[in-house]
Order: sequence, then structure tokens, then C-alpha cells
Amino acid sequence: MGQGVRTALPMILAEELEADWKQIEIEQAGASTLFGDQTTGGSASIHTTWDPMRKAGATAREMLISAAALTWGMPRSSCVAENGRIRHSASGSSLAYGELASKAAALPIPVDVPLKQSKDYKIVGQRLARLDTPAKVKGDAIFGIDFRLPGMKFAVLSRCPTIGGKVSRFDDKESRKISGVSYVGKIGDSAVAVVADSVWGAMEGRRVLNLAWDDGPNKDLNTAVVTAALKQAASKKGATVYAVGEPAKVSGRKISAEYSLPFMAHAPMEPGNCTANCQGAKCELWAPTQVPQDCRDSVAQAVGLDPDQVKVNVTLMGGGFGRRLEHDYALEAALVSKAINAPVKVIWTREDDMRFSTYRPVSLHQLSATVDGSGFPVALTHRLIAPSITGQKGQPTPGNVDPDLPDEAGPVYSLPNYAIEYVMAETAVPLGWMRSVYALQAAFALESFIDELAVTAGKDPFKYRLHLLQRDQDLQYFTTTWKTARMRGVLQLAAEKAGWDKPLPAGRFRGIACFGCFATYMAEVVEITMEGGQTENAQPRVHRVVAAVDCGQVVNPSILEQQIQGGIVFALANALRAKITIEKGRVVQGNFDDYAPLRMDETPVVEVYAVPSTEAPTGIGEPSVPPLAPALCNAIYAATKKRIRTLPILS
Amino acid sequence: MADITLRVNGNEKKVSVSPETPLLWVLRDTLALTGTKFGCGAGLCGACTVHVDGSAIRSCSTPVSQVAGKSVTTIEGLSTNGLHALQQAWIAEEVPQCGYCQTGQIMSAAALLAKTPNPTDDQITQVMNGNLCRCGTYERIRKAIHRAASGGAR
Repeated sequence: MGQGVRTALPMILAEELEADWKQIEIEQAGASTLFGDQTTGGSASIHTTWDPMRKAGATAREMLISAAALTWGMPRSSCVAENGRIRHSASGSSLAYGELASKAAALPIPVDVPLKQSKDYKIVGQRLARLDTPAKVKGDAIFGIDFRLPGMKFAVLSRCPTIGGKVSRFDDKESRKISGVSYVGKIGDSAVAVVADSVWGAMEGRRVLNLAWDDGPNKDLNTAVVTAALKQAASKKGATVYAVGEPAKVSGRKISAEYSLPFMAHAPMEPGNCTANCQGAKCELWAPTQVPQDCRDSVAQAVGLDPDQVKVNVTLMGGGFGRRLEHDYALEAALVSKAINAPVKVIWTREDDMRFSTYRPVSLHQLSATVDGSGFPVALTHRLIAPSITGQKGQPTPGNVDPDLPDEAGPVYSLPNYAIEYVMAETAVPLGWMRSVYALQAAFALESFIDELAVTAGKDPFKYRLHLLQRDQDLQYFTTTWKTARMRGVLQLAAEKAGWDKPLPAGRFRGIACFGCFATYMAEVVEITMEGGQTENAQPRVHRVVAAVDCGQVVNPSILEQQIQGGIVFALANALRAKITIEKGRVVQGNFDDYAPLRMDETPVVEVYAVPSTEAPTGIGEPSVPPLAPALCNAIYAATKKRIRTLPILS
Repeated sequence: MADITLRVNGNEKKVSVSPETPLLWVLRDTLALTGTKFGCGAGLCGACTVHVDGSAIRSCSTPVSQVAGKSVTTIEGLSTNGLHALQQAWIAEEVPQCGYCQTGQIMSAAALLAKTPNPTDDQITQVMNGNLCRCGTYERIRKAIHRAASGGAR
């Protein structure tokens, strides 16, 4: 979906395989039982396949060497794998991998194959061009929305705009007058599909469809009700997810603050869509999805087939950002195809995407600290109050903890008393996993608060953070061991590259923040001016973001920079404007006018620096998102002495 | 329904569609030219940008009747071999991430360069501001336009 793993994953394999990179081609796997969990999310692609890809490549390499040695009747030790061939230097013989493949495949699979040292890497670490770029610039890359089957129909659905509502009745007389409309019918309880032989015909058929809704239990739901429910949930005792010492028992000067964030929508450029051919005992899908196996299993259940009767092909995706971790579009396509007994492509409009999304959860954060005589915290408590995405979907939340929190809401600093508590709130608004998930909220609250403490202490925000990271310590948070030394490394690198110790030109201000998620460490320095001078309406303009990352071994520096630049642009839009509101149980925003992503004129220069490392690589798709909002708000404080505790900034 | 004739990528095409059908859907569904993308349906994102008689327009909000008899260029027809200077620059600068918006970006940039062969940063921003990219590739887009304008060098 754009993160570059179709190039980065084969790079890892090709490195150990000693393959000729020019010969590499990619074939996209569909849903399968061969590959384990095929979910694309959680910044996990490189993190979780680094070892399997290396071992697979090395195993194949060793088998190819054995096959060549047998062919030549030479000892294995005299054969070398290099650039897609096995060579025997003494005799000058060489065989291409293709000539050896079938013989190699018949050999026993070796165990404990040797892996290369990072100093010997020829492919990993190189700025290799992405393999999918030429097709994308020529216009012949086939995204989900572009896929065509012979005789395929197009469908759009009219869904009940009120959350949890249903179709009361509908009259298809006007719709059927539209040229090409061939079917109008209910899909589930809450939607009516209009099928036509063109997208435009289906859209026109939907426009004139006469519908009445049963609004259901949420017709009075609005944003104020959601906010009040969060406040009420805050009085509950939550689950402790991290605890060092006993913050509540520490006496001294107390400082506290509350932060809050709204619902946000992913809004990927390619609207939701899926093609299905679901007839009789077979169903085949062509889905732009992050969850091929979930699509297969959910569709099987919905249409009454076994999972092995459902085939899911994965297409290119025009962005995802977590939205395509849902299977709703696949279900709709399968059900419409089954209803009309023909292949069909379901297409969502932008308004459908905005109003029937699954949203980043709202959250409320209560931060409190006890500070010593120098203004440094000796105790810190972060209460994160938010509804659970997983819980809302009816999946387990052991210990009343959302299972995403272990990747996203961990500790940053070395403190003698430090607690993080999660309070599970409830909401009827559909929730989903959006790029960096809870880390965006957790980082905004914590890193704004740390800035407030630094200001109160009268200390430089960078040096203040450095002091809190000065001791080398392992912070154990669920299965991740956060190392203060590595966080200190990115903080120092960002500050150094940003020239933190040098004065800025008049009118420029900066802020800093650091945070870790998905086992990757990030720090960012944001430079701004305030447009509109000292007025009430002055707005920040971000000119430069300096980002430092420690994600272990970098597989492809160009892709790393893309992901960090992209994450920061995404995060800046979130921080400035992203806000989904609810009125009368309905999502208000509909298109890119009232939910406006960043455009070129607002995009800062983003500089990316990676800490050199040979540690196993960790995720990079999401970690650049969380530090941006607090670094920006800290810069705004530096400029205006106004503290922003509620996002978005321009609300 | 109406029979409408237009010139698409140099070839005369006769289509039989309702005249208010947006050009986007005629290109994608009737003529199977899917390089032009649907993003917003309201002229807000630029993913559907094509050229009509050399000018960049948003095909999602242009009824096909308005382009009857006119010359339409889509990404598929921007160059004969997919190697327009901008496409080469896009590859050299490694612009695309998901890639979905990039054909529209390139069509907007091509219309800009046709009129302004050496655009300033401000001129680039002014034109390219109409094209959204959720992957945030804007700075690489800017570099690629400068690269194409300078004949491939940076």
C-alpha cells in the first residue's frame, strides 16, 4: 500500500541468497495458509520478516551450492554463490541458479544455515530503486479500483447515515429508470445496493433512490456526548500497564494537566472498493486489503461457504493507513455478487469513505507529576482514557487493556516512580486502527506535559529531556525493552542536526519531542513561524522538521526517508486540522473540503537522520507520526506562551 | 443517452453515454483507461487530472458533453513509451509511495511545464496545490518537476 515492502522484503531475501538484484520480480501472494499471519499493519513487515527472509535466502543459497557441488563432483567448500550463480573458481565453471534450481529443490533442507555479517551486505542498506515505481508513473499499475472482470457490474451502496441505524423501507422505482441500473436490493440490515453497468449509472441510481431509515439508538449522539462520556469514564479506576515505584506516595510539588484528542479518519486516496465473483460454491475476491485472511474468513462466513472455497487476491492499494485492516468492503462485494449471481465491483465514494470509516479513537489524558527542587519529576502518572478498538469489535481485551497499547503507549523516561494507566471508555462511534494507533495520542499528552514541566522548571526542553534519559536503563513494557540509551541517541541526533544550540532567525521558533512505538525510537524538532504576528488568529507555519530515528539496521535508506517524510506530513495534517465530529448520530465531514489533508503549500522540508545500527530492524511505517504534534505544539508555546492541550490546533 | 465523439490520446472515440456523465467515468469504464483515478468526485484532490486541448482539468467534475469534439490526453497518452521527462524524473526522484495520486500529479505538472518550462518554487506550489497526496510525497514531487524542467539534471 505504499510502504515499499515489495522492494525491501526481497532485498533481505536476495542479500542472503546472493541473487542478482536485476533479476528480481515480485509476485503478490493472495490469502494463503502458507505464510502465517498475512496482516499488513503494526509497522511489522520488516520487523517480523527480517529473520524468516534471511533464513529462507540463506537456506536456498546453501542448497544451490550443494547442487552445484554434486553436479561438478567438487567439494562444497570450493563453490561460491555470487550474483545469481554458483562459481567454481579453480576450474572457472559456473552455473546459473535457474540451471540448478530443480536439483537443489530435491535436496534435504539444511538447518542452522550461516547468515551473513552486516559488514558483508551488498544489497541491504543500499538506496535501491523501488521495483513498482515505473508502472505507477505510467498509469498501468492496477489498483483495486482498476481491476476488471469480463461482464463485471458496478455497485454503490446507500448506507444508513446514523450510526447503528437500519433501512426502514426503500422504493427503487426512480433508480431503475436510470440507464444501466440492473438491480436494487438490501445488503444486510443497514444498506441498499444499486447495481449498474457503469460506476456513474450506479451513483445516479443511488442518488434518486427513495429511502427511509430507522435511526436506531444513536440518533441523539453528538460530539459533546462523546466528550462527556470520556470525562465520566475518567473517574473509573483503570488497568495499570506500566508501573515503577509508587507515584501516588511521593510527596512534593505537584503539577498536572489534561489533554484531549478527537476522532480522526484515514482518508486514503483510493476510496474503498472490492471486486467479487461469488457464485454457487465458489467466491473469488480482488481486494485492496491489509487483511487477506480476515477477508477470506469473514466473507466465507457471510456467504455460507468454507474458507477454502473463498479465494482472495490482493491488489495494489492507494494508501491504507489502517483503514484497509477492516473487511467491510469485501463483505459488501461478496454479498452483492451473491445477490446478483455475477461479478461485481463495489465502489465507495469519498463521502462514503469519510462517513462510514472506522475512526481513530477519541482520548482524554490526565498527566500528573511530582517534581524535585530542580523541577525534575520524581514521580509521573499518565492516565490514558480512550475506548478500545479491539474491545468494540468484540475481541478479547485481557485485563481490560486494549491489546494495541503494548506497542504504542509505553514509557519514555527513566524515572524512580512512573505509572501508566489505561481506562477503557465506551463509544458507539466505529473505531479503527489508524497509522500509529494509540501512540499519537499517548505521545501528544506525554511530550506536551514534559515540555510544561521543563518550562515550569525554567529549563531548556531538550536538555531537560536529556537529563531524564541520562541514565542507561532498560524500561520493560510488555514484551518491548525500551532502552533509554537509544532514545537519548535519537534525541541528541535530532537536536544536533537541527542546530538546537544555535539561535534561530527572528520570528522562528522550535519545539522538540521524542517517542517510541513498534520498537522504534524517534525524535523530531519542528521549526515554525506564526503567520498573523501576535494576533489571536495567528497560525503556525511549519518550515522544517528534523527527524532522527533508530530502527536498527536500515534496509533501504530511500524507503526509510519516504516513510518518515510521509508520516510527518500525515501527522501534521492530523495535528493542524483532523477532526471528525458527530451530530444527530451522523458523521459531519464528507470530503476533502471539510476534512482537509495537507497540501504542497503547507508541507515543510523534512530532514531524516538514522542512527547507524546493526541491531535487527524494527518498524518504520508509523513511528514518525507520534512526536510531530507535541513537537509542533511545543514550538507554538515557544512562540506564543500558549499551551495547546486539545487537538486539532486549528479548531 | 447520446453519441459523443472525442479525441482521446490522438484517437477518435465515439461513446454512447448520458451526456452529463463525468469524463472520468467515460475514460475509466467506457474506454478502459484506468490510469486516471477517482479520489473525491468533487474537484478537490486532482487524482482525475487529464488534459483537454492542452489544459489540465478535473475529469471527475467535467461532463463528457463539455469535451465533445475536443482533444483529451490521459496519462496513457502523455508519451508514446511512458517516458515523458516528468515520468523519468518521477522515477529518478523515487516519488511514488502508494502511487495512486501520482498519475494526476504528473498530468498537472505536465500542463505546468508546457506553459512554464522553468517554474519557480512558487509557481510549482500554485499549480500542484490542487493535487492531494496522503502519502506526503510533495517535496519529492517538487524536486522531480525541477529535475524534468532542467532536462533531467538536478
